[in-house]
Amino acid sequence: MLKHVLKTLARMSVTFFVIVTLVFFATRITGNPVDFVAGEGLTQEDRALLIRYYKLDAPILTQYTAFLGAFVDGQFGLSFMERRPVAEIVVERLWPSLQLLLSAMLVTLALAIPLGVAAAVWRKHWIGSAIMSVVFLGYAVPNFVLAILLILTFSYWLNWLPVVGNATPAHFIMPTIVLSGVLISALTRFTRNAMLDVLGQDFMRTARAKGLPETAVILRHGLGNAGITVLSVIGLQVAGLAAAGSVVVESIFAWPGIGELLVSSAIRRDYPVLQFGVIAVAAAVIVINAVVDLTYAWADPRLRREG
Amino acid sequence: MASLSDTPPPRQLPRFWLEADPTQKLAMVVGAILVLLAVLTPLIAPFDPNAQSLIARLRPPVWMERGQPGYLLGTDELGRDVLTRGLYGLRLTMMLAVLGATLGLLIGGTLGLLAGMLGGRTEALVMGAVDAQIAVPFTLIALFLLTVLGNSIEVMVIVLGLAGWEQYARIVRAEVRRLMRLPFIEAAHCAGAAPLWIATRHLLPNLVSPLVVQFTLSLSSIILLESTLSFLGLGVQPPTATLGAMVGIGRDYMPTAPWIVLVPALFILSVTFAVQILGDWLRDRADVRLRSR
Repeated sequence: MLKHVLKTLARMSVTFFVIVTLVFFATRITGNPVDFVAGEGLTQEDRALLIRYYKLDAPILTQYTAFLGAFVDGQFGLSFMERRPVAEIVVERLWPSLQLLLSAMLVTLALAIPLGVAAAVWRKHWIGSAIMSVVFLGYAVPNFVLAILLILTFSYWLNWLPVVGNATPAHFIMPTIVLSGVLISALTRFTRNAMLDVLGQDFMRTARAKGLPETAVILRHGLGNAGITVLSVIGLQVAGLAAAGSVVVESIFAWPGIGELLVSSAIRRDYPVLQFGVIAVAAAVIVINAVVDLTYAWADPRLRREG
Repeated sequence: MASLSDTPPPRQLPRFWLEADPTQKLAMVVGAILVLLAVLTPLIAPFDPNAQSLIARLRPPVWMERGQPGYLLGTDELGRDVLTRGLYGLRLTMMLAVLGATLGLLIGGTLGLLAGMLGGRTEALVMGAVDAQIAVPFTLIALFLLTVLGNSIEVMVIVLGLAGWEQYARIVRAEVRRLMRLPFIEAAHCAGAAPLWIATRHLLPNLVSPLVVQFTLSLSSIILLESTLSFLGLGVQPPTATLGAMVGIGRDYMPTAPWIVLVPALFILSVTFAVQILGDWLRDRADVRLRSR
């Protein structure tokens, strides 16, 4: 187990390091970032000041170490637009993003796992095919199109739901539906496949043979085992989908979260914010992956023993 | 028009058509129409995609009140024909998707081939890069690259190519590793075949069908990514018509002029539906098991 933990940590750090390095060099290959970001309307002195502030006159390797150094002392620089520390801006956006994410995850787990189990158990029944058709819709409809259709119907035509911001619980409804849409599709599909693998196993027959009621067979023995596979997927696929989805959903509904921050700073070319935001979200996804990976190893007795 | 009795007997129809279920048939027809529309756009589009008309702004489709003859599906906030822009957007989206998927295929296929054939450090390096790519949501990377490198068509193609390369690399590496253990490769080795010869003559022919399937499957995710990025205002820049940007800009006019949004949204939906169904269909038909590792 300890070996597994160390291995996961090592892999995490390598991925994180690769991302940070890529972000750094991508911003430097296009020339001097100051010209690129605030090229127009900048006096010579301001330009010189900015260059000195960001150490842009130093050799590229020195710049790189300074960039890495920011992760030690927490000095990530100032936003070009708001003239405030980047870290402060990003931290403010954390809570709204988390709220939306949690609400979408709750809806997803509450729907996707029962749906996936049902689709596997009744795979030859119309219930199974109906569920899989809906799942297919979730894959084929881009989430911004779904969002637009919802807004058109429920806000403009029916006038039931608010569109902008996160002020009241009603504001949560549409963003949660859109964000969980993709997640439900993905997780239902994975749950169904994992259940199908388990349903054919010998121990399922044994459980039935010893007279357990069908519900107990499916839930305890079936889902109990399939759950481990599903768990591993939540880390890799669902965390990534959720992060990508948040970017779109938050910017459509003007949700004051990190996703919206990333898009608006990309459009305004506020590049210290974008740079740090991308790294922060990537780090979050990497950490979630690692946590799920370790939980998975701990939840599966076979892996726990191998260690 | 041929009457029903003139149609050839069913056994002359291609087998893939006869064996397809109704949804798949629909997807084939829709897909064919969309490709045709995209190819013929410059010939059939009624207007110039960027021609503005101040007197014909925000006109609804012709069958509605205030609709203006000629502007079949209405006009947008600058008086541009929505149908024309939709067609050009469709064309651009499809072109970008094919170019992006091809680039991904080239990058990922080459790296996967190298990893599978050479093994050792090369393999570790390639698979490490694959893991890193999987670990970070690509939308973030795309957002960042487009901001830093600019939003030209060339950059968009590169970004879309980078979006899917890791899938090809994984598939090709797994398949090459399996093939390398088979007797016919060993025989080629013994006969003194050079690695390049083995790669092109023995490995590639065996990789064609999984690659074609993955190519089709990746088209739908690439189309999704492209339209999402354009929707967010980070794709190919206006005035070039892209389906995503039409929805993104049109949403400001949604309460009064929903057709500006609905027309491109319908185009996007039909493309993603057709491509997704056809990708799954091809995968099942080719009976390729896309190995994850």
